[in-house]
Amino acid sequence: MCGFGVGGLIDADKRRAYSGIMSPAEDHMTTPKSFQEIILRLQNYWAEQGCAILQPYDMEVGAGTFHPATTLRALGSKSWAAAYVQPSRRPTDGRYGENPNRLQHYYQYQVLIKPSPPNLQELYLGSLASIGIDMALHDLRFVEDDWESPTLGAWGLGWEVWCDGMEVSQFTYFQQVGGHDCFPVSGELTYGLERLAMYVLGVDHVMDMPFNDPSSPIPLTYRDIFKQTEEEYARWNFDVANTEVLLRQFEEAEVECKNILAQDNIDPKTGVYIIMVHPAYDQCIKASHIFNLLDARGVISVTERQAYIGRVRALATNCADAFVKTAAAGTV
Amino acid sequence: MPDLLIELFSEEIPAGLQAQAADSLKKLITNGMVDAGLTYTDAAAFHTPRRLTLAVAGLSESSPTNQEERKGPKVGAPEQAIQGFLRGAGLIMKDLEIRDDKKGQVYFAKITKPGRPASEIVAEVLEATIRSFPWPKSMRWGNGSLRWVRPLQSILCILSSDAETQIVPVEIDGILASNTTRGHRFMAPDTFMVTGFDDYETKLKRAKVILRADERSAIIWQEATNQAFALGQNVVEDGGLLAEVSGLVEWPVVLLGQIDADFLDLPPEVLKTSMKEHQKFFSVSNNKTGKIECFVTVANIETVDQGATILKGNQKVLAARLADAKFFWENDLREANAGMGKWQTSLENVTFHNKLGSQSDRIKRIAALAQELAPIVGADADVVEKAALVAKLDLSSEMVYEFPELQGVMGRYYALEVGMGADIALACEAHYSPLGPSDDVPKEPVSVAIALADKLDMLKGFWAINEKPTGSKDPFALRRAALGVIRLIMANQLTLPLARIIKSVDIGSSSANLMEFFQDRLKGFLRDEGIRHDVIDACIAMPGNDDLLLLVKRAQALQSMLVTDDGESLVQGFRRANNILSQAEKKDGVEYSYGADIKFAESDAEKMLFAALDKVDAQIKPAIEAQDFLSAMMVIATLRGPIDIFFETVKINADSAMTRRNRLNLLSRIRNTCLSVADLSKLEG
Repeated sequence: MCGFGVGGLIDADKRRAYSGIMSPAEDHMTTPKSFQEIILRLQNYWAEQGCAILQPYDMEVGAGTFHPATTLRALGSKSWAAAYVQPSRRPTDGRYGENPNRLQHYYQYQVLIKPSPPNLQELYLGSLASIGIDMALHDLRFVEDDWESPTLGAWGLGWEVWCDGMEVSQFTYFQQVGGHDCFPVSGELTYGLERLAMYVLGVDHVMDMPFNDPSSPIPLTYRDIFKQTEEEYARWNFDVANTEVLLRQFEEAEVECKNILAQDNIDPKTGVYIIMVHPAYDQCIKASHIFNLLDARGVISVTERQAYIGRVRALATNCADAFVKTAAAGTV
Repeated sequence: MPDLLIELFSEEIPAGLQAQAADSLKKLITNGMVDAGLTYTDAAAFHTPRRLTLAVAGLSESSPTNQEERKGPKVGAPEQAIQGFLRGAGLIMKDLEIRDDKKGQVYFAKITKPGRPASEIVAEVLEATIRSFPWPKSMRWGNGSLRWVRPLQSILCILSSDAETQIVPVEIDGILASNTTRGHRFMAPDTFMVTGFDDYETKLKRAKVILRADERSAIIWQEATNQAFALGQNVVEDGGLLAEVSGLVEWPVVLLGQIDADFLDLPPEVLKTSMKEHQKFFSVSNNKTGKIECFVTVANIETVDQGATILKGNQKVLAARLADAKFFWENDLREANAGMGKWQTSLENVTFHNKLGSQSDRIKRIAALAQELAPIVGADADVVEKAALVAKLDLSSEMVYEFPELQGVMGRYYALEVGMGADIALACEAHYSPLGPSDDVPKEPVSVAIALADKLDMLKGFWAINEKPTGSKDPFALRRAALGVIRLIMANQLTLPLARIIKSVDIGSSSANLMEFFQDRLKGFLRDEGIRHDVIDACIAMPGNDDLLLLVKRAQALQSMLVTDDGESLVQGFRRANNILSQAEKKDGVEYSYGADIKFAESDAEKMLFAALDKVDAQIKPAIEAQDFLSAMMVIATLRGPIDIFFETVKINADSAMTRRNRLNLLSRIRNTCLSVADLSKLEG
C-alpha cells in the first residue's frame, strides 16, 4: 500500500486511522518492549508507506541529514522516498555514559520523501501510533522550527514535534540544499531514537533502556552495548585525539574533494560521462566530522569556527552543484 | 446583502505570526473588494494554529454599473480609424452618436460597463491575496509553486444570504474552494459543511475548536488562576507567553503540576526561564512565601484520563531540564567559590569584536573608565573597579551559556555566593540597564558608574572602528546605548564632561561626531518630554553642550519661559536689537561687539538702557553660575521696556559716526546678554 504520492488529500477513514483513534485491539498499538522493537516498527511502517528502507551510511556523520540519501537526493527533479537508521556522532556531547540524555554516539531515524506528500503530517502521526503512542491520550503538537544547517548551506521550514512537552522529532520542508533551491520540495522527518524510545518505554536513563526484549534468553540493555564505548570515545574525543593529525586530515579531505570535482566530466578511460559526486561528498562528510572532533578537543577558537564551517559549506555547495548535473538529479 | 466567509486552512502556523497574518488578510481582501467597487458594513479576522478566517458582513451583491463616454474620430474619417474605434469600444456603427464639435461632426460612443457580481470580484481578490501574501518567511511544498507559511491545505470561501449559500469559485494551485472545513486535529478531524459565519463558529466549537484567540487566552488565564487559587498559589503573569500559548492550541486544556522538590532551591529566575523558554509553562508561586513551586501547561486535547498522562510526561521533561539547570548551577557555584579564575581566562578567548579585542579586553577598559567616573557619580573607585571586573564574568558560566537571557542575574547570585557586597552584586545585574524605554534606570552609584562605562565603551569602540549606525541598521544597538547614557545622566542628575570622557577612552582616536550622535539622541529624548526642537537647537548651540544635564536644564527653562509674557518680552527684545544690529553689520562689513560707552550716550532713553544692562548683567551672572536659567531669563526679560523706549526715541543711524557706532555697540551688548542664556536666534516664529 502506498500512502503518499498519489495526490489529493487522504480520505476521512484513513485520516481517522492516522489520528490515533485506532482500535486498541490492533496489534501494533501494544507498547513496544525494547529499543530495537521501536526501530523495527518504524522500519515496517515506512516500508508499508512505500519508502525504500536504506541502510546507514558507512561513514561518521553528525546527523541523518548528512546521508547522501537525504542531502543529495533532496536536490534535482527526481521523485524519492527513503527511510533509514543513521548512527550519528557528536563528539562534544560525550559524557562518558553518565548523563541520562546525552551521548556522543546515538541513532537517528530519517525519512525523506520528494515531493512531500500532502498528507505527510498524518503519515508522520501514523508512525507514532505504530510505536504505541496513543493520540487520544497524549498531547501532540507541531511547534514552529526554522531549520538551518550552516555546514550544508541548507534551510527549511517546519516544526519540532512535541509529545507531552517533549521534542520527539523534527519535521522539515527543505527549501534549499547546498545553496540550490529545492524543487520539488522534500519533506524530511528526523526522529531522535533514544529519546523517543526512552519516552515510549518509560525509561529515565538511556543506559537502562532494554535494547532487545528483556525476556530474551540473553537480555541486553543500552548499557551493555554502549557504556564502555561512550567512555572510550569520550576520553579519546576530549583528551587524546591527535589534533595535528586531525588538522592535516581536514586539509587533505578538503583538497581531495576539490580535486575530485575538478576532473573532466568524461572519464578518459571509458569515455563515459561520470561526475564523481559521491566520492567527493564523502570527503565533505569527512571534513565535517573532523571539524567536530577538533571542536571537541577545544582547539578551534570562536573566530576560527565560522571559517571552518564556511570551508565545509563550500565543499557541500560544490557537491550540490555537481549533483544537479547528474542522472540521479533527473537532469541527464 | 450577502455575507462573505473565508477560511484558509493550513498546517500549523507559527504562533507569533498568526495575529499579524489575520490583520493582513482582512486588510488585503477588504481593500481589494472596495477598489473593485464593492461595499461592506463590517469585517473581522480570526486566527488559530491551523486557520486564518475572515468574516465580512453586508457585502454588496455586485459592483455598480459604470457609464463612460468616449470621443471617436471625425465623421468622414478613414474607415480603418472608425472600425478601430468601434472595436475598442465594443460597439457597432448604429450605437455611435454624432455630435457637433469645434472641428466639425464627431462620433461619440456611450459605453456601459455593467457591474460585476461579488463572487467574481471575491474570487479575483482572494487569489491575488493568497499569491502575494506578506508572510515574513514563506515556503513551497510538494510539486507546487505556491508559497505559504506552511502548506495550505484547503480554502473555504462562501457568500451567504438568507436565501442561499454560494461557494465562490476559486482554484489556486489545485486547491478548490469549498463550503467545508475540519475540526480539531485529533478530537474532531472530519470535514463538515457551513452556511455562514455564525454556523461556522458554532460548528467549530462543537468540533473542539475555539476560533477567537482572545477567548482562548481568557479560558487559559481563568482556568489557570482558578486551579492555582485552589492550592493557595498564584500564576505569575506573562502576557507574551499567554498570547503565544493561545496560538499553539485550538482547544486549550489547562493542567497544573508540581515542580519536583529537588529543584525548588534553584533561583526563581532560573525556574521561570527554563520553564518558559523550553516548555512554554507558566510559573506558579506560593501565595505565602512567593516561591515558585508549581507550573501550568496548556494542552490541546481532552483525554479520558483528564490529562494525567500528558501532565506526567510534561513533568518528566521538566525534571530532565531542571536536572540540567541544577547541574549547571552547582558547577557554577563551585567555580564562583574557586575564585572565578576559569571564567576570567575563558573570556580572554571570547572575541567581543575582531577589531575591538576580547571580552576580557573590554572588561578591563570598562573597569578603567568606571573608576574614572566613580567620583562623578559618588561611588568608591576601588569598589567600582572590583565590581566592574566581576560584572561580566557570568558570561562564562554554564547557566548563562544555556540561558543567555539570564546574564547579569546569575552574576548577581554568584557575587552574593562568594560574599561580595550587595552593591557589587547589584551592579552585576544592573549595569546592563536601561535596555529598553520601559527598563528601570540604575540609581545605586556603583551600578551607575559601570552602566555608564559599559555603554560609553561600546559607543567609543564602534565609533573608533567606524561601525556607526546607518539608517535603520544598528546591529550593535548603539542608539540604545547612547539613550541609556542620557537616561542615566538625567535620572541621577550627573554632570558628566562627556567630550573629555569620550576622548579618554583609549581605543583609536575618532571621537568625531560621536558628540553629535549623543545630541541627536538627546533631541529625541527631549522631544518625547515635549520640548520644542528649536528650543533644543538654541541650547545645543551654547558652549558646554557636552554637559547634557546642563543642556537639559537650559532647554527646560527656555521652554517654560517661552509660554509666559516674560518669555515673549525676552524674545522680542532680543529680536529687535539683533535685527537692526545684523543689518548694520552686514552693510558695514564689521562686527559691533565691543566698547559701548555711556559717556557717548546722548538721550535719557539711551542712558536708561545702559543702566538697565548694567543691572541685568550683574544679576544674571550668579544665576547662570548656579545654572538657574529661568531666573536669568526672567531678569533679561526686564530689558524689554528700556529697549522699546530706546527704539522709540533714539535714532540708531545718528549723523555722528561715533554716536552711531556707540549705539550699535549698545545693541551688541543686548545681544550678548541675551545670548548668555541660549542662542535665541535659533528660535522659530
